[in-house]
Amino acid sequence: MADAAIAGVPASRPRLDSFWVVPPLLILAALFFYPLSLIVREALGGNEAFTLSHFSEVLSSRRFLDGLYNTIIIATCATAGCIVLGFVLSLVIAFVPFRGAKSVARLIDTFIALPTFLVTLAFTFIYGSAGLLNVSLIRLFGFDLPPVDFLYSQWGVILAETTVYTPFVMRPLLATFSQIDQAQIEVASSLGAKPLRIIRQIILPAALPALVAGGSLCLLLTVNEFGIVLFIGAKDVITLPMLIYSKAIQEFDYTTACVIAVVNVALSLSLYTLYRLIIAHFGGNRAGVV
Amino acid sequence: MVQAMVMERSLPAATPSASAAPADAVGGSRIGFENVSVTYGSLTVLQSLTLTVNPGEIVALIGPSGSGKTTALRAVAGFVRPSSGRIMIGDRDVTNLAPYDRKIGMVVQNYALFPHMRVEENVAFGLRAHGASEAVVRARVPECLAMVGMGAYAKRYPRELSGGQQQRIAIARALANKPQVLLLDEPLSALDAQIRRSMLDELAKLHRDLPALTVLYVTHDQTEALTLANHIGIMRDGRLKAFGGAQSLFRNPPNRFAAEFLGRANLLPVNDLQPAGEGRVSVRFGATVLKARNHHRLAKGSDCLLCVRPHDFKLGSSRPDANRLSGVVRSVQWQGDVHNVVVEVAGECIRLSSAPMREPPEPGASLDVHFDPADVTVVPEDGADG
Repeated sequence: MADAAIAGVPASRPRLDSFWVVPPLLILAALFFYPLSLIVREALGGNEAFTLSHFSEVLSSRRFLDGLYNTIIIATCATAGCIVLGFVLSLVIAFVPFRGAKSVARLIDTFIALPTFLVTLAFTFIYGSAGLLNVSLIRLFGFDLPPVDFLYSQWGVILAETTVYTPFVMRPLLATFSQIDQAQIEVASSLGAKPLRIIRQIILPAALPALVAGGSLCLLLTVNEFGIVLFIGAKDVITLPMLIYSKAIQEFDYTTACVIAVVNVALSLSLYTLYRLIIAHFGGNRAGVV
Repeated sequence: MVQAMVMERSLPAATPSASAAPADAVGGSRIGFENVSVTYGSLTVLQSLTLTVNPGEIVALIGPSGSGKTTALRAVAGFVRPSSGRIMIGDRDVTNLAPYDRKIGMVVQNYALFPHMRVEENVAFGLRAHGASEAVVRARVPECLAMVGMGAYAKRYPRELSGGQQQRIAIARALANKPQVLLLDEPLSALDAQIRRSMLDELAKLHRDLPALTVLYVTHDQTEALTLANHIGIMRDGRLKAFGGAQSLFRNPPNRFAAEFLGRANLLPVNDLQPAGEGRVSVRFGATVLKARNHHRLAKGSDCLLCVRPHDFKLGSSRPDANRLSGVVRSVQWQGDVHNVVVEVAGECIRLSSAPMREPPEPGASLDVHFDPADVTVVPEDGADG
């Protein structure tokens, strides 16, 4: 009797559970899928007949190709910078004993919460034409023009993005480093391994999943970065988000903007899929390894 | 100063093969602590340790948690820098050398195998770190794995091995470089009792196979220390409280702490020590006069402790010259191959271990026990450091 009563309970559960999926789906549809569908619709001809002609026109244009090239180069270089800088800084914080290491780690968490333009603004104050560095150099050496002039170029964007997104690599890395068995490092050292070998053969393999996950996240974020590029105001640095902005807001060419937006979304989703696959690979297949 | 007795041992060559390690690293080497202290801020965790582990010897450091035994081992490994004193390996002062320059092998409690490397890569790690050629690695790795009976597991990952197997690999890895000294930091603590016994036998066999290897063994388990070690150091509060040959220290503990920590001795408060001929002394325990050895040459008339091991007490009829005590049984505990009985004698509770009895005494019953004067010794009450 009791068994029958217990057995009867789960039967009515799934219907109730299914109901709760509806509100978030409705919100998602209203806020995300509907606007996205409008963009795709506009890119494919809008109110007129379905056509791919806008795509072929935009995708073959010099401006789009430059934008795509810039986007990929900036995102790749900034991500590489984040990985290298994040790994080195995390190593120092985690393995070099110094007073205040924990405070520095907490500060990095805070850094993630700051708006991206703040770093760009700071860069302008330091490296800009009238920034601290240039003014000091001009006073010291009497230059006619500001000698440091990288900020308004592709390299300025890369440096700013590297600075902003490095904490995204450091957070998972520091979490991983805190779990590495100190005894492994000590035993490796007792076996004759010098620090560089220990980093290469013991720490790096253990940190690889965190490094790849953090790096993938950085790549995803830098591909879509808009604020930093806009704030720096580098005239020759046109990325896909900047191109969408200029087409839609400055030129009122919504169709072209929508086509580029669709490409940007496809690029982002591809990167996100890659990110999930990497996480699944390390989280599943190599769970016992790291 | 405490120094291990020099053991006369033949030192045959270690297992023959090409090695990446330099020639002087093949044989065993002396470990010397010379007045070594380690402090963290105002806290002294190791105080003026002077100790020598002679080539080919196993010296076990035992003691409760926080006694400084692991700090001493880590100082030899180079992970702890002494605040004063010197550490010698062979003729080299290694006090300020980096761990990777010390030519040591080390095995730790949790194995610390490299999880992303196969067994063979783990064993080859030290060889490659020393720049050994691949030919040497290919020759030496199977040799080391065979030494610990793990030849068939070369291609496995550590996660595919049991705890005992992982510890064998850790030992093979530590020995691959043919180190001068081997440091074992509670290597069996993470294993269950049955595997621990078996590993203990294997460690003893390994040292018979590699008699030139000098071993510093840190443990809190007295059985491991008594089974393996030539000499034992007993530590407390960062100090070496006793040091000596394993059997000698067990039979003649120099102080209360050593007697209690190593073998859980009964320490009966006795007084009026008097010579009794044949190297024996008589002491008074309450109203009873008992005879014992006076290994530590305590002065006539002194108050001291009589150290009686639980298994030295006998039940039933006794020889005429045996010490006899009568008391009341307080508890009886059967542990399979042994009966542990607590008897109250003259206000003191004594523990005795006996072979399993068919009819053990009941609590509250009177019981006569006796022990041979040759089996017991008097120990200074003031606990003079050994």
